[in-house]
Amino acid sequence: MASLPEIPEIAARFGDLHPPLTAQAALAEANRCLNCFDAPCMGACPTHIDVPRFIGKIARENLRGSALTILDANVLGASCSRACPVEVLCEGACVLHRYNKKPIEIARLQRFAMDAFHAAGGRLPVKSAEARREKVACIGAGPASLACAAELRQRGFKVTVFERRALPGGLNTYGVAEYKLPARASLEEIELIKALGVEFRYGVEIRTQAELEELEREFDRIFLGVGLGAARRLGIPGDEHRDVIDALEFIARYKTADPPQVTRSVAVIGAGNTAIDAANAARRLGAENVAILYRRSERDMSAFAFEFEHAKQEGVQFQWRVIPVRIHADASGIRSLECAQARVNAAGVLEAVDGTDFHFDCQQILYAIGQSPLLELLSTVRGIELSHGRVVVDRPTGLTSNPKYFAGGDCVNGGREVVDAVADGKRAGVAINQAFEVAHA
Amino acid sequence: MRAFDAGWGGAVWKTIGEPIVNVSSRYSSVDWNGQRMMGLNNIELISDRPLDVNLREIAEVKRRYPRHAVIASLMVESKREAWHAIVAQAEDAGADGLELNFGCPHGMSERGMGSAVGQVPEYTEMITAWVKEKARTPVIVKLTPNISDIRVIARAAKRGGADAVSAINTINSITGIDLDTLTPRPNVDGKSSHGGYCGPAVKPIALNMVQQVAADAETAGLPISGIGGIATWKEAAEFILLGCGTVQVCTAAMHYGYRIVEDMVDGLANWMSEKGFSSIEEFRGLSVGRVTEWKHLNLSYKIVAHIDEAKCIGCELCYVACWDGAHQCIHVDRVSGPVNGHVELHATPASVEAVTRASIAVTPIAKLDGSGNGNGTTPLARIPRVDETECVGCNLCSLVCPVEDCITMVEVATGAKAETWAERTAAECARPPTTQH
Repeated sequence: MASLPEIPEIAARFGDLHPPLTAQAALAEANRCLNCFDAPCMGACPTHIDVPRFIGKIARENLRGSALTILDANVLGASCSRACPVEVLCEGACVLHRYNKKPIEIARLQRFAMDAFHAAGGRLPVKSAEARREKVACIGAGPASLACAAELRQRGFKVTVFERRALPGGLNTYGVAEYKLPARASLEEIELIKALGVEFRYGVEIRTQAELEELEREFDRIFLGVGLGAARRLGIPGDEHRDVIDALEFIARYKTADPPQVTRSVAVIGAGNTAIDAANAARRLGAENVAILYRRSERDMSAFAFEFEHAKQEGVQFQWRVIPVRIHADASGIRSLECAQARVNAAGVLEAVDGTDFHFDCQQILYAIGQSPLLELLSTVRGIELSHGRVVVDRPTGLTSNPKYFAGGDCVNGGREVVDAVADGKRAGVAINQAFEVAHA
Repeated sequence: MRAFDAGWGGAVWKTIGEPIVNVSSRYSSVDWNGQRMMGLNNIELISDRPLDVNLREIAEVKRRYPRHAVIASLMVESKREAWHAIVAQAEDAGADGLELNFGCPHGMSERGMGSAVGQVPEYTEMITAWVKEKARTPVIVKLTPNISDIRVIARAAKRGGADAVSAINTINSITGIDLDTLTPRPNVDGKSSHGGYCGPAVKPIALNMVQQVAADAETAGLPISGIGGIATWKEAAEFILLGCGTVQVCTAAMHYGYRIVEDMVDGLANWMSEKGFSSIEEFRGLSVGRVTEWKHLNLSYKIVAHIDEAKCIGCELCYVACWDGAHQCIHVDRVSGPVNGHVELHATPASVEAVTRASIAVTPIAKLDGSGNGNGTTPLARIPRVDETECVGCNLCSLVCPVEDCITMVEVATGAKAETWAERTAAECARPPTTQH
């Protein structure tokens, strides 16, 4: 595994959006929890962390027990506590909303418990002392594979994770805004999974039929946690320019490599959560003028409402119903992005309105209009059914239509959150274990 | 003097007597659910300042606040002369009354004072009588709760001539143990000692004992000064309703300072005017008669829990409390709209949780999944239902419900005539015995 460069500038500019709780504050907050039965927060969490239980343990000063409660459901409990959109998950479901009170700060309490666990040198527990001879390969070292790998390793299986990049964690390491989850924190968390004895192979990209067949020979089951493929390109004249940048690559670069130089004015195309993360990062890296341009209206954007509010606070501007048409550049670089006003025509299709062209002055363009599915790889796997580029699985188990393969995370759900991927990976891990237990019985 | 400025009418002076020394530390507390000092414990003895200094200060306070009552709390060895001497000294200093500390449960009791006196009716009566031989001012006997029946000691005090009693003194306690050092608190160089417990936690015990004294035929009419967990006007009102003519406050002032006095006065005055009481005497003792022996309670009275669906926030604490701790008559089986398939009417907590754990939840994406989880109203499926035919009216659900007035206990007509256990058993005794075959 490569090491992460120390970049003080990034640490300084991307300080915690939600700072950790002090012990006293955590105790007070934990004591506010009503300890609901069959708690809605637990139901809303894709990994069903027993929230009242772990919060109760904080209140009773059993921090180790609290962290283990979290980890039992979600092995990436530390990163989820920072990266989860809790406003629409556990905290959104808190019954205190209906009692004219602030919901419990579940995420910060979870981080408190996990920070204490890491600080105390805690290690992941094993769930079975028995060593299993079956071997499982996980393709991709993102949250789905990590959860699957940890679950199986905890139950005694031999697990190998294959990752094409130099660092593990997938979007946890490369894609989550640094002010939410620093790459370093993601890697620290993964150290615990390594300590279980999961083997990681970096710089290995599985692409061909032959490579897959080799894996199939070596491993009894294969988990596909490959995520999504390349970012969709703008597809307009001039989009080959080197300052037209994939927003995810832009984020990955500032998080794990040299901070990219940003220009005075940056246009961000798209209005999803990635677009917002990239726009905020451009502001924090020094761009004076950052605007998100979106074809549709505020109502239609896929970013969470709280992310939209946050971006406005960061000083990001928004322009609605704008279609990029052409990029203008000269020898010195990009000069402007030519845009047109968009409207929905009678057929319900978005189109540029003639004669509404205008130039948005910018020197860099970040695009975040979605990622394509990894069709090249997925269609190579024999016997797995795809639908709209997604792997079709049995949801409770993650089993694909090829019994050797399980899958989870973005390649199954089309791109959701870290916690969704963890839930998928864990379910698959439990199911793979069960499959072998049935086989042995 | 800070207390007098803040609005209190009198004060009981920290117990004076022969010089003693105190240890450090002296206090420890019980915290509960993030709240500090639900209960306070002390291993402090009587005043460790010289007697003459205390007496001089009593005189000084009386000079500055002649209209405020200063009661001297006294404790000396159990000798007639010693008591005569201290009574004279306190009264000469200007004390308006005397409180005999027969209650201190720690330290002093090892030396035959404090609760060592208050636990033996004969000693209580004897020393009270000694004091009364000498005293010109009213004598209050402070009762210890560390006995099996406080009425016995109250009666002894009255026989000894006490003009009043005060109750309760602190309760023998060990508040807790430091789980790192394994030493109980408070820690005095690696050891601790039994202390006296006070503060909000002891109020129910104090109220019970005050009521017992107030309702006892032998001590009827004996003035009572209420002590034990009084921190606000509400507790003051409760003690007065159970017969106290005055109340004493210590822990609350130690916790928050004399700032607490203002609202004790203001809150009590507001409550009194709301209820139409113009003096303490108008409501003093009104609740004494409402405490009765269990056998005189009406067996035909029936209440059942009622959940206000509009107020319910769906925490389901009532459900699990009733299921695990009461009578299994609250269920989560409401459905909205037509249901395809079986509705489990009496699902156990374990099966309810299992359904949630097995469910597949995903992060909602506004564009794909609609707007959020609709926090405005509680889903019907989360609002528990009371099976009124099974409900015994125990109150537990209404006690655990975090929402004010969401669960109320509603009286239901049983049609049965009011009848107590005493009446029922009397009627059975009166019935002619059935012939044995």
